[in-house]
Amino acid sequence: MDFVFPNEVNVTWTVMIVLYPYITGLVAGAFIVSSLYHVFGVEALRPVARFSLASAFVFLLFATLPLLIHLGQPTRAFNIMVTPNFTSAMAGFGYIYSAYSLLVVLEIWFVMRSEFIARARRGGLVGLCCRAILLGNLFESDATRAADHRIARVLAGVGIPMACLLHGYVGFLFGSIKANPWWSTPLMFVIFIFSAIVSGIAVLIFHYFVVSWINGWKVDQPCVRSLGRYLWGFMIVAVALELLEIMSIAYKQTEEWEVLGQLIEQKLMITYVILQFLVFSLVPFLLLAISALFKLRDKLANAIIWTAATMLLFQVLLMRWNVVVGGQLLSKSMRGFTDYFPGLWEKEGLAVAAVIFTLPFGILWVFNRIVPLFPNAERRSA
Amino acid sequence: MSKELSRRELLKVLGAGSGLLLIHCGPVPPLPGTETDYDWEAHFWGYAIDTTKCIGCNACMRACRAENDVPEGVNRTWVERYRIDAHESVRVDIADKGDYVFEPVAGDVARAFFVPKICNHCEKSVCSQVCPVGASYMSKDGVVLVDHQRCIGCGYCVQACPYGTRYIDPRTHMADKCTLCYHRITRGLQPACVASCPTGARMFGDLKDPKSTLSTVLRQGRYRLLRPEMGTHPKCYYLGLDREVV
Repeated sequence: MDFVFPNEVNVTWTVMIVLYPYITGLVAGAFIVSSLYHVFGVEALRPVARFSLASAFVFLLFATLPLLIHLGQPTRAFNIMVTPNFTSAMAGFGYIYSAYSLLVVLEIWFVMRSEFIARARRGGLVGLCCRAILLGNLFESDATRAADHRIARVLAGVGIPMACLLHGYVGFLFGSIKANPWWSTPLMFVIFIFSAIVSGIAVLIFHYFVVSWINGWKVDQPCVRSLGRYLWGFMIVAVALELLEIMSIAYKQTEEWEVLGQLIEQKLMITYVILQFLVFSLVPFLLLAISALFKLRDKLANAIIWTAATMLLFQVLLMRWNVVVGGQLLSKSMRGFTDYFPGLWEKEGLAVAAVIFTLPFGILWVFNRIVPLFPNAERRSA
Repeated sequence: MSKELSRRELLKVLGAGSGLLLIHCGPVPPLPGTETDYDWEAHFWGYAIDTTKCIGCNACMRACRAENDVPEGVNRTWVERYRIDAHESVRVDIADKGDYVFEPVAGDVARAFFVPKICNHCEKSVCSQVCPVGASYMSKDGVVLVDHQRCIGCGYCVQACPYGTRYIDPRTHMADKCTLCYHRITRGLQPACVASCPTGARMFGDLKDPKSTLSTVLRQGRYRLLRPEMGTHPKCYYLGLDREVV
């Protein structure tokens, strides 16, 4: 097992293409949390409903940036929408992404209209911007609020299948590559949807705790417990699906297992078996099980849930890495593997990835300055 | 001192302008160097490789690089050397660096042979299917090409090709691949790799012409395709291919 086709020595899709499904997943996951409140009426999630919607929005803003950086001809990026080739799975991305973006923007507009009006009335440059966002209409009454609420609910309802479509579609981009046995599975898009929800809930928990800690707020305990339980449930489904997929291939002992087994053993033992499953799946599973099944003191439960959420953020990142990079380590000669280690300062390197991943949090901070995302947050008692 | 434009003059100007616009927007001119009477609907090109004739000299690789200015580190064609020992253990290598000469090897070899590889110009080319902007396409004469005015360099075709024959050109950051030397075949010449092969292991011909050498060879049916299970319907036909080759 040592022969790699000569054009496969260098991996084509690297860190940016790992980051792209990761950020898209955060968008879809955060949106679904907000919909749990807006559509399904999960009252416990009310404290993070706006925060989750705003998080989906800011991640959405940066979801395409890694793609743009990756493209060899970024100035032609819009050709994907202007001159699409509809036999390509990738050609739909521009339309799906644009439609979903429009929906999220509209939902934010209707959900937060009252807050935008209040901010517009305070005047100043920000107030002027808010007035522009509101299209100059600052009128508000019980009737308008009720109408806004109704529309937002419908948008949130429509948004759930769209969020699944957006991220399921990203999974399909990989799952439809028949030349690559590591990618080519119809389960890929289902796995991507569930892992997206896991990462979305995890990033909300992680960020909610950090924001509360920085501002000296008390976290809403029922909300955190509820998020923890949802995270537990969705991570079980996500991990189970992935394990079932690989176990089914392994059990059948088909020809492709001969190479996939070696891929796992020789190239992905650390990132896939040890880190993704044994450390970053098993430990959060146990932690969340403890927090969900036992009566723990709030402080301890919070520490456990936050740790599990943070670990699951890494778990999903590792999953993306193992899918995107792992699939390219296996040569289509089926006779060997190549190697890849990301650079720090290169165009598609780790430093750029870190900056891209940090930017949404900065925008979210600005967003919160304009429209408070936690209007009912209570101060922590000394 | 402004002169008023009469109606007739205005119509003349507009007519001339529209004429120029029509000329500008008219049919796409032929590619440079292909202004011949070449009719791309009259041909459907195919390729065959007789692995029993290949001696691994790599003249094809050198010719391809020179003809198509292929940069170092990527390949439009290459030759694989297979060495299989008595225990059916397979070792494969290529000579794609320096002077493209295979290193001599010693040891237990039950059988050994060379297998040239090239884009299969598949009838159902998956690279064309997945290209999001239609930059990868099959010409009417059956050659899978990349339109460098359109390619966005996403690399999806590179991932989708089951044969590993595509690459991202490090100079242009766009996808590239074998064109069957399109600039040559449309002038009645053979691809550089075929023309340079000293043993005739590489064959090129018109599948629409029943009298072509390629059609004659293929009619016997003694050929194999690479990875037929992919459903890509390759047009690169292998004669005398060992069972170990994928």
